[in-house]
Amino acid sequence: MLDHTDAILEMKDIVKEFPGVRALDGVSLRVRRGEIHAICGENGAGKSTLMKVLSGVHPHGTYRGEIILEGKPAKFSNIRDSEGAGIVIIHQELALIPELSITENIFLGNEVRGRGGIDWLTARKRAKELMVRVGLHDDPDSQIKNLGVGKQQLVEIAKAISKNVSLLILDEPTAALNESDSAHLLDLIREFKSHGMTCIMISHKLNEIAAIADSITIIRDGHSVETINVPEGERVDEDRLIRGMVGRPLTSRFPEHTSNPGEVLLEVKDWTIRHPEVSERLVCKGSTFQIRRGEIVGFAGLMGAGRTELARSLFGRSYGRYVKGSMLLHGKEVSPKNVEQAIELGLAYVTEDRKVLGLNLLDAIRTTVVSADLPRISPRGVVDRNAEHVAAEKYRRELRIKTPSVNEGVMKLSGGNQQKVVVAKWLFTEPELLILDEPTRGIDVGAKYEMYGIMNSLAAAGKAIMMISSELPELLGTCDRIYTVSAGLITGCVDAKDATQEGLMRLMTLVPTNTTTAA
Amino acid sequence: MNALKQLFGGSLRQFGMLFVMVALAIFFHLLTGGLVITPTNLMNLLNGNSYILVLAIGMVMVIIIGHIDLSVGSVAAFVGIVVAITMRDWGIPWWVAFLLGLALGALCGAWQGFWVAYMGIPGFIVTLAGYMFFRGANQWVGKSLTVPVPTTFQYLGAGYLPEWGANTGMNNSTLLLGLASIAVLVWMQLSQRRALAKIGADVPPMSVTVTRLILVTIVIGYLTWMFGTGRPGSSFPVPGLILAALVILYSYITSRTIFGRHIYAVGGNRLAAELSGVNTRRTYFLVMMNMAMLSAFAGMMFVGRANASGPFDGVGWELDAIAAVFIGGAAVSGGVGTVVGSLIGGLVMAVLNNGLQLMSAGSDATQMIKGLVLLAAVALDVWQKSQNKPSITGLLFPSRKKEPGETPAPVTTTTSS
Repeated sequence: MLDHTDAILEMKDIVKEFPGVRALDGVSLRVRRGEIHAICGENGAGKSTLMKVLSGVHPHGTYRGEIILEGKPAKFSNIRDSEGAGIVIIHQELALIPELSITENIFLGNEVRGRGGIDWLTARKRAKELMVRVGLHDDPDSQIKNLGVGKQQLVEIAKAISKNVSLLILDEPTAALNESDSAHLLDLIREFKSHGMTCIMISHKLNEIAAIADSITIIRDGHSVETINVPEGERVDEDRLIRGMVGRPLTSRFPEHTSNPGEVLLEVKDWTIRHPEVSERLVCKGSTFQIRRGEIVGFAGLMGAGRTELARSLFGRSYGRYVKGSMLLHGKEVSPKNVEQAIELGLAYVTEDRKVLGLNLLDAIRTTVVSADLPRISPRGVVDRNAEHVAAEKYRRELRIKTPSVNEGVMKLSGGNQQKVVVAKWLFTEPELLILDEPTRGIDVGAKYEMYGIMNSLAAAGKAIMMISSELPELLGTCDRIYTVSAGLITGCVDAKDATQEGLMRLMTLVPTNTTTAA
Repeated sequence: MNALKQLFGGSLRQFGMLFVMVALAIFFHLLTGGLVITPTNLMNLLNGNSYILVLAIGMVMVIIIGHIDLSVGSVAAFVGIVVAITMRDWGIPWWVAFLLGLALGALCGAWQGFWVAYMGIPGFIVTLAGYMFFRGANQWVGKSLTVPVPTTFQYLGAGYLPEWGANTGMNNSTLLLGLASIAVLVWMQLSQRRALAKIGADVPPMSVTVTRLILVTIVIGYLTWMFGTGRPGSSFPVPGLILAALVILYSYITSRTIFGRHIYAVGGNRLAAELSGVNTRRTYFLVMMNMAMLSAFAGMMFVGRANASGPFDGVGWELDAIAAVFIGGAAVSGGVGTVVGSLIGGLVMAVLNNGLQLMSAGSDATQMIKGLVLLAAVALDVWQKSQNKPSITGLLFPSRKKEPGETPAPVTTTTSS
């Protein structure tokens, strides 16, 4: 049972200002010993800033307010201080060195000293123990780059608990994980709790928060709105969280979508693609599917199932090596061999990781919007900057990109607005088929809703949309049909109206036999 | 601050460096008792540095795409000796030799570009190899000797514009040049206003445009007077004219053409550029090839100025060009930089060099001071960025409060939370 009076941490009226903006405006947080405390709020609400204040990234003196840890005021001037006091934070972007081994990463900055250097034998042994605790059964000498994201996250946690941690902070720990890895991670956090560890977890995934949190603090626009204590054995109402986060009730998480499919736009037959490096591995094994005009077609699958690989190989063969298969647009066979040709044919691909694959963060909004189809506004190879301005303004209005001017850099925008800029860039190419790869990852509830609205209006305008997502409720809420992909193979096609999460999950985890090697 | 921003079209950083350059010139002028800002010295300054500045134009493009070119000095020397020998032994006219030199430069660049773009070898390595190879090639072709060039070729590196017409008390070619540039700038400003109004964008107040034009007229007028009233027979120098033409051409290419956009896109995020239909390999190839062509150009300008091509031409040029680019505001990680910024960066170094020489400082002191200035310029830039301020000018002109409606600046809060 949780003791309601015993607070391990209290943050009182934290105010943190950056030039021109007040990121935190009086946030208070009270975390009880041994609980899992979730913090939720929209992007830009101030969650990460709060955690940076707590962990000493923003040192004492640069903020106002008080931090009381274990009953004593804490004044951290850097991360080392806060780690010394038992606070360890695991950031959303993993901080592992890909070329180093698991052992080396776990003890990085905290090396096991022996005589004349690092005692690798002891380090390895202790790494093994820590790995068992987090349920990671790999060779401690294997390099990080050879592990999947799920396992990398476990290494981060092993690293954290090697530091004698009493308060573990996880910032969006499951954002990049698939459902089964997420479930494993949540189990792990529960197990830590049973051993008396206190956890603070920031998450966008409300179902996870509902499943795991003992109390929840909602932050909105730099204020703490409320803290909900969840009684043992009960589940918090997700709609209540959403109301708190957006400050208004969302009548529905998905806008109304009436489907009106037209003729078949894209038809893919027996599409087979090899892995770019490992030539005996097939990432797409004879995929066959079709998408009609006005249709939103979902692609569900676990991470590594080959959805992104399928999409990118269709998009001008920008992934893998083509083996066989055909692709028909408007019933005519086409074979775009590079991205330029794919764009010309009316294909557009909104990438899954906007910061790594989708955007040049140094660029301005106006130049980004036109960047995928410069020839259209560039007679004789010279960019018409007035046409560029007009185009950027048009999409700023239509997609409601929040910015004072299209001359601003995309770096300054919030995640949701950055995503809108990426979408604008592809809408500018006037595509027939729009491929959206995890279009709502890492953006807040309100921006997600807007994104669904954009998809609907595109479909209504007769475009075909291929949507890849790892969030099943999202697929069920927005799509007309859903294909399930498992291990490179399309395992099913269901009508979204008849589908359930359980049914999809069964198809997504179906492991086909005899198809693992090249024909 | 706001007024300044309007006046200089938002490129305050370049303005800041320009300010530093002018301040340096005045500082040395006073310190040397009036030796710096004189017609003869300004001509020397341009003649003696234009080939480095030509290199900086190409180098900034290479640095924007995220590479570096160490071979420019060696390529310049190699092309220089080949051109000198062909003119001596085959007796071809200077302009044929010049075109031959450019073609040879393009060939050297195509060789290096091939390895960078299509074999994926970092530019640092490829051009380090080129640095050795082309230096050796220069000494092999020239047998480590100095080869003189005909006087006709000297026009490129030390020529002056002709004197003609009525006696205006100035060199008439320079006068015409000055008046023409003012006219072109006025026309450009006005037509830009019309274009902005046509698409319904914000047009700066007329007062700003007029102030800007008056300032520009004063500056160009002063420079025209300076260069036009040198000793008889001198004018705005030909190397300066070549440099100005190349700066305008390459500014236009980098900021206004598809190819220019691709350079920034590839440098800012190669993967995103590839997935937006940019042919990244071709971009790498063309930028490396262009750099070698400009190296050839610079090498020939130097040969013209020195009247001969020698085995040690171009030693250390790559480092001067790289320094100019970084003082001019480019980022080591690529994606950032401008041609005009690099020009100004190079001029800052040139003024510093020139001033110290006129004060008869030894090359020891000059080197040390130049090193510190490079470090200081880049360090100030980095520091300014970490403070979220608009860089050097932010120091000179402390900012008023933010304009209303401006987005929150700090990156830390907007990315993920």
